[in-house]
Amino acid sequence: MSISSGDTAWILIASALVMLMTPGVALFYGGMVRRKNVLSTLMMSFAALGLVGLLWVLYGYSLGFGPDLGGVIGGPSFIGLRGVGQEPSPVYASTVPHLAFMVFQAMFAIITVALITGAVVERIKFSALLVFSALWLTFVYAPVAHWVWGDGGWLAKLGALDFAGGTVVHINAGISALALAMLLGPRKGFRDGEPMEPNNIPMVMLGAGLLWFGWFGFNAGSALTSGGLAASAFAATNISAAAAAFTWMMLSWAYRRPTLLGTATGAVAGLVAITPAAGFVSPLMGIPIGIGAAVVCYYGILLRMRWHIDESLDVWAVHGLGGTWGAVATGIFASTAVNPAGADGVLLGNVLQLGKQLAGVAAVWLFAFAATWVLAKLVDATIGLRVGGVEETVGLDISQHGERAYGGVLR
Amino acid sequence: MKKIEAIIREEKLESVRRALEDSGYFGMTVSQVSGRGRQKGVPLQWRVGEYRVDFLPKLKIELVVLDEDVPKTLNVITTNARTGEMGDGKIFVLPVENAVRVRTGESGENAI
Repeated sequence: MSISSGDTAWILIASALVMLMTPGVALFYGGMVRRKNVLSTLMMSFAALGLVGLLWVLYGYSLGFGPDLGGVIGGPSFIGLRGVGQEPSPVYASTVPHLAFMVFQAMFAIITVALITGAVVERIKFSALLVFSALWLTFVYAPVAHWVWGDGGWLAKLGALDFAGGTVVHINAGISALALAMLLGPRKGFRDGEPMEPNNIPMVMLGAGLLWFGWFGFNAGSALTSGGLAASAFAATNISAAAAAFTWMMLSWAYRRPTLLGTATGAVAGLVAITPAAGFVSPLMGIPIGIGAAVVCYYGILLRMRWHIDESLDVWAVHGLGGTWGAVATGIFASTAVNPAGADGVLLGNVLQLGKQLAGVAAVWLFAFAATWVLAKLVDATIGLRVGGVEETVGLDISQHGERAYGGVLR
Repeated sequence: MKKIEAIIREEKLESVRRALEDSGYFGMTVSQVSGRGRQKGVPLQWRVGEYRVDFLPKLKIELVVLDEDVPKTLNVITTNARTGEMGDGKIFVLPVENAVRVRTGESGENAI
């Protein structure tokens, strides 16, 4: 196949859009923590651009997308980008340079690592987070990406559909977040009901806005061409985000007041849920998917609160449950009329597809939880996961990074 | 000399300031403070559910007056800061040992 300039232009732009989602996550999370931990929270996500951006080209891409080894992992052929050049790959996105596909995938790996950090804000040791992130990328993200998207990956062969990363990115991050938060324990004062006031909700909205914007690259870019399928995924993405933001707003209004924090969270939940489905369902199916996402994630947060688990910024509820709902919804609403490379879902009489989706979900839930638990235990036993009591009280901005967000006596 | 420390509602600053000025008291220091009394806290919302904020924003006005002016000042502040609801605030009166005007070096009652 030869290179298409239209496809290449779109994938390069989409990669840049997805890159912007990581600072978006940083701001989204950064606004929700207390003011003594703003920079630390921003840093956890932003640092992934540096760390994962390097590891991905050194070996991560090869583990995810190198020649298949038994359906579970990619081989070492692409280590250090060997053989990944201006020519297209014969198996992945064969109308764009292999480098473009590689860099598009790099952005996914980066944001997935950043997403997890919402679970552990305000108490994890920065060095431990970096070590954990490197291990997690290597032993959790890369294999799961291979299972679902790798040529020969076992979930791909099974026929589980995941258009843009509902399983690989969102379920994976959400479940790992839960495991990591449970192992790390709650923030000081969490059990006594100390209020953990968001320091800057405008920042949260800015982050949600950047996420929504970047998500067009995430989902529509996953068409890997610039034609009709990309447009369909683009439209589905916006529709689901709108439906979920609106639904969450009405839910919070029904109980109390329509909050900006809730509406922004709703938008993200809708974007998460449409991710696996975007290129397999007709755009209007974004409405039930978005509404379902808001409901599932809203009550998911309530459930998490009832369990008294300090999974601080609800990565599990929003990404784990939102991604799970998206995977299930893909099995319900998918249509080969939208994408012949996909499958029909339950609504078109193919009940089996739902089973395949559930198999994919179950596999990633189990693997992500168990593997994260083991890796986090390992880090805890060696360098320790958590900051000391005083460091936590003072705040991670000063104790981990030696800087503060809102400094100075003068205004 | 006495120092008057009045904790008042934010929205009452203008009427209190104007009334003090009309009574001839110009100098004051105002700061934003958080606190609580019988009003207790208010519920705010998280993504779902709510949490209580125990300390509410108030303003603290500080001014130093002559002993004989204390009753009048207290009267001006109370009448102009009052709504009748809980949360109107509190006023404290403290003795002041000395005062110095930085520009001229005058001290004592001449400095206030």
